[in-house]
This record gives sequence, structure tokens and C-alpha cells, in this order.
Amino acid sequence: MSTRTVSRPRALFDVYRTEARMAVARESQYRMRNVMSLVGFLTEPIVYLAVWTAVANAKGGSVGGYTPGTLAAYFIVWTLVRNMNVVFTPYGFEWRIRSGEMSGRLLRPAHPIHHDLAYFAGWKVVWLAMWLPIAAALVLLFRPVLHPEPLEIAVFAVAIWGAYLVRSLFQWLIGLVTFFTTRVAAIFEIYAVAELMFSGRLVPMSLMPRRVQTVANYLPFKSTFGFPIEALVGQLGTRGLLLGLATQLLWIGVGSGLLALTWRAAVRRYSAVGN
Amino acid sequence: MRALRLVALHLRVVAMYEMQYRVNFFLQLFQSLLATGTGLVVLALVYGQVNELNGWSRPELLVVLGVFTVLGGLIQAVIKPNVVQFMEEIADGKLDYVLAKPVDAQLLVSIRAVRLWQGVDILVGAAVMAVGAARLHPGPGVLAVLGFLVALGLAAVIVYCFLLLLATTAFWFVRVDTFVESFDGIYQAGRWPVGIYPNWLRLGLTVVVPVGFAVTVPAQALTGQLTWPTLAGAAGLAIALAVVTRVCWRLGLRHYSGASS
Repeated sequence: MSTRTVSRPRALFDVYRTEARMAVARESQYRMRNVMSLVGFLTEPIVYLAVWTAVANAKGGSVGGYTPGTLAAYFIVWTLVRNMNVVFTPYGFEWRIRSGEMSGRLLRPAHPIHHDLAYFAGWKVVWLAMWLPIAAALVLLFRPVLHPEPLEIAVFAVAIWGAYLVRSLFQWLIGLVTFFTTRVAAIFEIYAVAELMFSGRLVPMSLMPRRVQTVANYLPFKSTFGFPIEALVGQLGTRGLLLGLATQLLWIGVGSGLLALTWRAAVRRYSAVGN
Repeated sequence: MRALRLVALHLRVVAMYEMQYRVNFFLQLFQSLLATGTGLVVLALVYGQVNELNGWSRPELLVVLGVFTVLGGLIQAVIKPNVVQFMEEIADGKLDYVLAKPVDAQLLVSIRAVRLWQGVDILVGAAVMAVGAARLHPGPGVLAVLGFLVALGLAAVIVYCFLLLLATTAFWFVRVDTFVESFDGIYQAGRWPVGIYPNWLRLGLTVVVPVGFAVTVPAQALTGQLTWPTLAGAAGLAIALAVVTRVCWRLGLRHYSGASS
């Protein structure tokens, strides 16, 4: 098992470029299916938005510093961040292990995570093009209030890719569990609930009880939803913006480190299942 | 009578099959409790901010969450597995075997595939509903409970007809599994009373994809908010959908020429 052959930056860059191009070519064929998935993502934020708008109205126009207008902005930006946050899931790992597909991937010279990162990154380009008209419709329907400054836009543009990396790394880590058990549903669902509570996916973090907010500061989830959204929608200030980016960087470091450690043990455990 | 005997027979076969995989019961219970726990946390968050959401108190919304979970369990345990199997059989031509049998084909495709353990959701949902109902002041009377049972039955008919209707389009378009998959996402909107949604969406969740309506009406019955016109509307919708589904089913069968390869 040699994963060192493709470690030179140039060669790795080629892997990324080729894999991302393949993703664009392949996913552009299934336009209807991709549009349907994007539309499928919409129920979740629209439900949250409707509930919290009703709460804000019941409280006389604002809740946790959010008005119906800024809530609309929060959850419309949410849809873009959600698209960016679609990564290779542990269920995909389960399938790869059980079908034997993983064996082929292990034989490639580059670490398999590079292929996944590149493929999903390329896929994002297709989704982004399809997301734009959907976002326009949402803006017309929900009338968001959004006045981002240039710095906020710049940080947001970086932060959505940071969120993508953090979420990819941690879901990959959970995916590695399948090397040991081949069944991952229970663990992954606990992860999903934790993400819902501590990331800003369910509600803006300022609506959560103070204790939950404190716990969330020590977990990676906020880097994947709350921070990028608030970079654009909230009032983080220059210090908050840079701190958020640094936190993302920290979690990327932690995730990569854990992955490097677990990967060795996992590959040693691996025995081909499937046909 | 023959139909009932057939249902009982199929259920017995399903039970025998599922009893082989008893660990799945605990997995399902775990998932069910996790999902319900999340729902309860969200309710706590909302009612930490306000005492009433669009006229719904906390125990009333507990009833909504319960109905949502019960109906969701019914969909995942009975309706969806059957509908999915039916669509797959249209695609690969195996529906021929169903049509060759001497009973009504619609009945047969609706009772064959049942996921027993998914039914855990029905129990968990019923428990949530009972807790919510017990906290109501005044508690639901006999008439409210009767109305609730009728409305729940109507809701089951509405959702069954709607999903079968979607699946029936497979007679013409063959690959329609994405429609049925996206239903799962839309069903999540039923977690809250339709009244909280903006007008266009409320209309959509009542008429186009009637899930919001299906969950809200039984909950209204139990919490004493149901009016006769709404119940009559639900009955009308259920009957209309049942008729349309039956007609489309017949048309589809006439169109079906066996897709076997």
C-alpha cells in the first residue's frame, strides 16, 4: 500500500483537476436529477424559516436579534452553504465496503480522500449554476434583508470552502468506522443530531440557550454552517470574521491529523468484502 | 372477506420474515427515539421564546408531533415499501406476475411489502400524542377522540392515494423513483401545523401535496379545534383522491404492456 507516490504538489494538482472535470462532465448529464435534489433540500430551511418567522412575529418582530427579513437572509444563504456542505457520506462508505468498490480505490497512488474532495468540488460547480435561479425565486418569495460588506463577501467565499473541507474530513472519519463494522447508521445519526443542534443548521446559534452556545464553540460543527452563514448575514466584525476562519483552519488541521492516524489502522483492518 | 384474509396472510408472512432480524427492532427504536427527541428539543426551543405559536400551545404541538410520527411510521412501514416495490416491478416487467393472479391487482400491490420494525414509529408517535393529549386543558372528550380516529383514517387514505398516484405515473414514465424520494423531504413540513406557513405554501401543502393537511386535521380533532367543514373537506379530499387513483390505476393497467426484457 503505497500512498506516497502521488505526494508531489504538481501531480496531486493534476488529480484534482482531472477528477473535478470528470465530475462536471458527468453531473451535467443528469440535470433534472440534480435540480430535484436541490429542490429536495429546500423543505428543511423553509420549515425552519416559517417556524422562526412565526416566533419572531409573536414576539413583536424579532427573536435573538433576528427579524423576519434577516431570518429569511439567514436561511437563503443556508441553502448555498448546504449545497457546499454535501460531501461523501458514511453511507457511501458502507456501500463501497460492501460492494468491494473500496479495493479498487485503495490501489490508486493518491490517498482516496483526494478523489472524493475533487469530485464533490467539481460537482459544486454544476450545482452552483442550478442554485442561482432557485435562490432568485426564494429572494422574491421571502424578501430577505441582506447588506454584506466587501470584506464579508470575501470571507464568505473562503469560508464556504472551509466548511466543505471540515465537513468532508469529519464525515470521512465517521466513514472509516465501516472498515471495522460495515454498519454505520447508528453512529452517523448521532453525528447528524449533534450537527443539527450545535452548528446553526437548525436555528441561528444566538437563538440557542447560552450553555449550548458555549459547548458549540468547542465543537467543529459551527464551522460548517453557522460561521459561513453569519459571515455574510451577521455582524461578526473583522475580528470575528478572522477568528472564524482561523477556527476552520484549526478544525481542518485536527480533522486531517485524526484522519492520518485512523487511516493507518483502518487500512490494516481492511479486508475486501463483496463480490 | 377474501380481501381481509389475504391481508392477514400477507402480514403473517411478513412477521415471520422480520422475526429473523430482531436486532433491527432495537436499531429502529434507537432511531425513532433520536428523531422524536430532536423534535422535542425543537419544541422546547420554540416555547422557550413564546407561549403560543399561531394559536397552538405546547401540548397541542406535541399532539401534532405525535400525529406526524404515527403517520410517518405508517408511510415507512406500509405505504412506501409497497409503492417502491410496485414501481420496480413496472420497470423490470415483473408486474406481469401480479396481474396474472386472481385478485384485485391494486389490493395486492398495496399489501405485499411491509417493514414491521419501521412500525416502531407508530408506537413512539402514539406515546407522544398521548402525553400531549393528557396535558390538554380541558382534556379531549369522546367526540374529539372519535373525530380524531376518523381524521387519522382519512389522513392515511389521503397519503396512501397520493403516493400510489405518484407511483402509477410509472406506467407512462417508468423511472419515477425520484418523485417518491422527494416526498420524504416534503413530508417533513408536516411536523408543524400548516397554519404557520406563508399562504402559497399552505395551499401547496393542502392541495398539491396534501401532507400538511393530513397531519394537521387529526391534530385539530384531538385538540378541539376541528370544525365540521374542515372534516368534511378532508373526507371529500380522501374520496376524490381514492376515485382518481382508481381511475388512473385502470388507465395505467390498460397502458401497461409488460416491460420485461
